[in-house]
Amino acid sequence: MVLTDINVTFQPGITNLIIGQSGSGKTVLLKSIVGLHDIDRGEIWFEDILFNKLDFQGKKSIRKEIGMLFQGSALFDSFTVEQNVRFPLDMFTDMSMEEKTDRVNFCLNRVNILNVNNLYPAELSGGMRKRVAIARAISLNPKYLFCDEPNSGLDPITAILIDDLISEITKEYNITTIINTHDMNSVMEIGEKILFISEGIKCWEGNKDEILNSDSEKLNDFVFANSLAKQLKERK
Amino acid sequence: MILKYFFTEIGQYFLLMRKVFSRPEKMSIFYRQTVRELIAIGFNSVAIIGIISFFMGAAVALQTAYNTENPMYPKYLIGLGTRDSMILEFSSSVAALILAGKVGSSIASEIGTMRVTEQIDALEMMGVNSASYLILPKITAAVIFNPFLTLMSICIGIFGGFLACTQLGGLTSEDFIYGVQYAFIPFYITYSLVKTLFFAVIITSVSAYQGYYVKGGSLEVGRASTKAVVFSCLLILLFNVILTQLLLSK
Repeated sequence: MVLTDINVTFQPGITNLIIGQSGSGKTVLLKSIVGLHDIDRGEIWFEDILFNKLDFQGKKSIRKEIGMLFQGSALFDSFTVEQNVRFPLDMFTDMSMEEKTDRVNFCLNRVNILNVNNLYPAELSGGMRKRVAIARAISLNPKYLFCDEPNSGLDPITAILIDDLISEITKEYNITTIINTHDMNSVMEIGEKILFISEGIKCWEGNKDEILNSDSEKLNDFVFANSLAKQLKERK
Repeated sequence: MILKYFFTEIGQYFLLMRKVFSRPEKMSIFYRQTVRELIAIGFNSVAIIGIISFFMGAAVALQTAYNTENPMYPKYLIGLGTRDSMILEFSSSVAALILAGKVGSSIASEIGTMRVTEQIDALEMMGVNSASYLILPKITAAVIFNPFLTLMSICIGIFGGFLACTQLGGLTSEDFIYGVQYAFIPFYITYSLVKTLFFAVIITSVSAYQGYYVKGGSLEVGRASTKAVVFSCLLILLFNVILTQLLLSK
């Protein structure tokens, strides 16, 4: 069994983080919440709807309210940036082409990328791909935003920019945002609610102010893993 | 163990097909995707099928000519043999085997890459039936376009045979054309087209199935691509026998 005994509620308007070592079950947890993995036991609720008992059509109606940012961005290779961001609008709205183009441009502006509409994902940098993926995720005004390691493979400055962007969008649209990460910079930057899991078990829950003073040995091993953090802790 | 694997694969294939043959989310997008696939799967195969058919027709005609040098055999048999070989076997079955290599591997690697790069998960997350969105246009495009490829292959193959025999085989064009027109059975064309439709579904659906369930990385995508070609070819050969028995036996 990959995950056991995980009981957690995520709030709207704040950035909820799931943290843990690689292989601790973060991605499995995130994909289980959104229904990409079927769970053997337990319950997943979206407000007052028991999500994991819904059939395909039922899940589909919830998923239209979910935006998801994948680890590798998961942009469609054969589509341009504009077509990628427009895809959910093409699929699920009856907007005119003009309205869709306006919405695409709005979303791309919101994530601070301009003049890339006609480029293909292969022509973009890692950070730009993440931004386009965020733009696609918010194009339908989602109620929930799931991000699987949004800053993996990015340099520290770009990673913080992406974190801040997600945090801003979360507050601006009052979205319930859940982010998987093992990056302590993200935790200290945007961790308003943090769930720490280790070997598939929930070990600790709190926020970024509480994380440095935790009694959890496993959490301390994770948080103070690098030498810089260890030195800071010793000085403290 | 092998039986369990076999029935698991068969069951998974039919479950996927149930997802594939469901109503598309939006017909306008389905039409657009089908047109894209008509170009990718159909139009882009015209050249290779044309070239191969030409040389197949030429080789069949020359082989028939060298095997019927006995003066007891009428010369027009060469045209007749070329025509029937192209219609009955080469333009449907051999062309399908070639398409399994070209189109099948392309479909498996395209869908497989989408799987391992989470693009299929992204579609599912948006509430899109990924199987129907990705696979149905491919099957539809192949079913629409492959009969035209078969008809084109028949014509080009016979023309290849004509050129080879008249230029290299010492046959007059009158003899060859007489043979092509002699004892023509129109049902053979129907038979060939029915086979083509089955083969079109086999190539696209089996290859898509192999790509759709890839797990791992680029190595597994490559393996899926190989498996797609191997299984498509085996099923084409199997269905060739079954359909021939069903359609031509009296």
